Amino acid sequence: MENVGVCDEFVNLKATELRLGLPGTEDGGEEERQKVSCCKSNKRAFPETEKDIESTGKTKPASPPKAQIVGWPPVRSYRKNNIQTKKNESEGQGMYVKVSMDGAPYLRKIDLTVYKQYPELMKSLENMFKFSVGEYCERERYKGSEFVPTYEDKDGDWMLVGDVPWEMFVSSCKRLRIMKGSEAKGLGCGV
Amino acid sequence: MDRRFPFKVLEHIFSFVDSNEDRNSVSLVCKSWFETERRTRKRVFVGNCYAVSPLKVARRFPKMRSLTLKGKPHFADYNLVPDGWGGYAWPWIEAMAARRPLLEEIRLKRMVVTDECLEKIAASFRDFKTLVLTSCEGFSTDGIAAIASTCRKLRDLELRECIVDDLGGDWLSYFPETSTSLVSLDFSCLDSEVKLSDLERLLSRSPNLKSLKLNRSVTLDVLESLLRRAPQLVELGTGSFSDELDPEEIAKLTKALSELKQLKSLSGLWDLLPEYIPLLYSVCPRLTSLNLSYATVQMPDLIDLLSRCSKLQKLWVMDLIEDKGLKTVALCCKELRELRVFPSGADLDETDVTLTEQGLVSVSEGCKKLESVLYFCVQFTNAALVSIAKNRPNFRCFRLCVMEPFAPDYRTQQPLDEGFKAIVEKCKDLRRLSVSGLLTDKAFEYIGVHAKKLRMLSIAFAGDSDLMLHHLLSGCQSLKKLEIRDCPFGDTALLENAAKLETMRSLWMSSCFVSFGACKQLSQKMPRLNVEVIDEHPPKTRPDSSPVERIYIYRTVAGPRLDTPEFVWTIHKSPEVGVSRLSIR
Repeated sequence: MENVGVCDEFVNLKATELRLGLPGTEDGGEEERQKVSCCKSNKRAFPETEKDIESTGKTKPASPPKAQIVGWPPVRSYRKNNIQTKKNESEGQGMYVKVSMDGAPYLRKIDLTVYKQYPELMKSLENMFKFSVGEYCERERYKGSEFVPTYEDKDGDWMLVGDVPWEMFVSSCKRLRIMKGSEAKGLGCGV
Repeated sequence: MDRRFPFKVLEHIFSFVDSNEDRNSVSLVCKSWFETERRTRKRVFVGNCYAVSPLKVARRFPKMRSLTLKGKPHFADYNLVPDGWGGYAWPWIEAMAARRPLLEEIRLKRMVVTDECLEKIAASFRDFKTLVLTSCEGFSTDGIAAIASTCRKLRDLELRECIVDDLGGDWLSYFPETSTSLVSLDFSCLDSEVKLSDLERLLSRSPNLKSLKLNRSVTLDVLESLLRRAPQLVELGTGSFSDELDPEEIAKLTKALSELKQLKSLSGLWDLLPEYIPLLYSVCPRLTSLNLSYATVQMPDLIDLLSRCSKLQKLWVMDLIEDKGLKTVALCCKELRELRVFPSGADLDETDVTLTEQGLVSVSEGCKKLESVLYFCVQFTNAALVSIAKNRPNFRCFRLCVMEPFAPDYRTQQPLDEGFKAIVEKCKDLRRLSVSGLLTDKAFEYIGVHAKKLRMLSIAFAGDSDLMLHHLLSGCQSLKKLEIRDCPFGDTALLENAAKLETMRSLWMSSCFVSFGACKQLSQKMPRLNVEVIDEHPPKTRPDSSPVERIYIYRTVAGPRLDTPEFVWTIHKSPEVGVSRLSIR
């Protein structure tokens, strides 16, 4: 999911609209924006990613698969879940799974059916949580990466993302968890 | 001469004062009025569970019989408040159990309720009658079973859109074997099946039952048998309405429905199949409330149903109703007071449904008593808003959700400022407003100038600068709750209007540009506000000018709360300390 180019576009667009003045700064807008963007780049991309992605949707109609803006439209999750279940059952559309990352208190949800293969999915996750997992290879899996994507399958077992053929993964994945740290290293490097 | 009224006289007079707002005013007049009022108040409402301590409330109202509490901020409904933020019912239940054992009613909204809480309720309040949990979470069906089995005088058990750890349908069998005093039972949010025989027997021995809301797993083929045992129902929430029935079953069910002579409210209707709509014809003429928001019925089937509901006052429906269906509502449902139209699509992109602004315009023209609207629509126009405002100056609640963020008037490409201006100008009694679409600071200037009775305002993806917030905080006299997401401002307006915040219940801002420094300044300036920073990253590790992810500011006499999770920081009042996170569970 490429949104780096559009990110610049978005920031420039906003530059003409911002009129903030923090106490003590003269050219408050410019400085503030720079501070904002450098601070935001350290954060897990929670609200800003949605903005970027949302503006992706606005400026490029035929956009790549996008994550939903959290909490928008403002429909209670109870209602969303009840309608969605129905749609999944009847049309087989959309396979929403929760994604969690160790250390992040927020869960995200993604629709697996919008991705065609692993690299697309991984890119999307990397953008969502701002981490890097490197290349997956059969022998060494996610060698050297601090982050390892895992998923819970239908039988309740935790598996490494990428081990099984894509179609099998989509049909059996119940949820995703991006592990971090030593626990991850152990799992991620060729077993 | 003692000029005071004797206590007995005051008490008698106050017994006619029902509303909490009036009672609050009464209690401010003088000490003796305060004392008399507090000794006679039976129904206690606390809009923010962290605004005051449970102990204080328990002590103040010795005759308390009913307690209503609200916990999490409203935006928690849309997943904007991370799990674990707070809103625990336990301290309240514990305090009341110890001091107010005669408590009969507990109503909780957006709170974390555990099985322990429910067991405590069951064990502590011998006359317990009413439990209503709305959008709550944290408990399982075991807790429900405890209530069912122990509260012998139970009248109302309602679980509205709660997230329950559903361990099975056994809980239903825990009601006492003898006749029950049940008046309303709502388990529509539970997933698992209850045993039909348990349910049938319960209905047979609950002669006072007026309201029954089943869950989705109660299938259509058993509905008839249930209704036969409860023909006195005034409110019915069916289970799934899509199973296949043979002609004989259909005939029986039709008859059973027609026997519900008192029925005024119908909901549930999950997956309602068009061929089953005729079954409902007999109840339509009496209905005052119809909730089709889970019925995926499309046009034109809906017309047959709606055209028969001439007494309808409340209608909840999905956008599958389309403009055409709303035209029928405008023609046939002349008593309509409340309309909610929900989106049927999961994504913003799904626009294959012809619901436009025209639908709402029609209803505003035809339904003269309409006063409350929630409308989801992809885009809108100023002209439509102006018409709607002219037609219906009696709006009290107007919530428009234009689903495309920043969407301008699609005909003129202008912001929707003028449209919302019309709404707030004409609808002088407006209490609640949600705005959306492309809006500049001007829109909020209009709101600040005109919306004098506005109590709650929700804003997303709007405005240009701090002026927006400034207009609202300096203009809207009656504003009590303000919630804002994804708007490009914060600091200046907040600090300039800090005093206003103490006159409000709460302010929520997420994904805006509020800096940590401003939060600190605000907190130090206003001793009776809790300024909560809800942010994954510790504010201390970042410069003061860095924006925080979300803030929740609320007035309180209870001081900073002691149950914050690791991602919530309450700004300390003393500048040297900066930020504290007391976490004593």
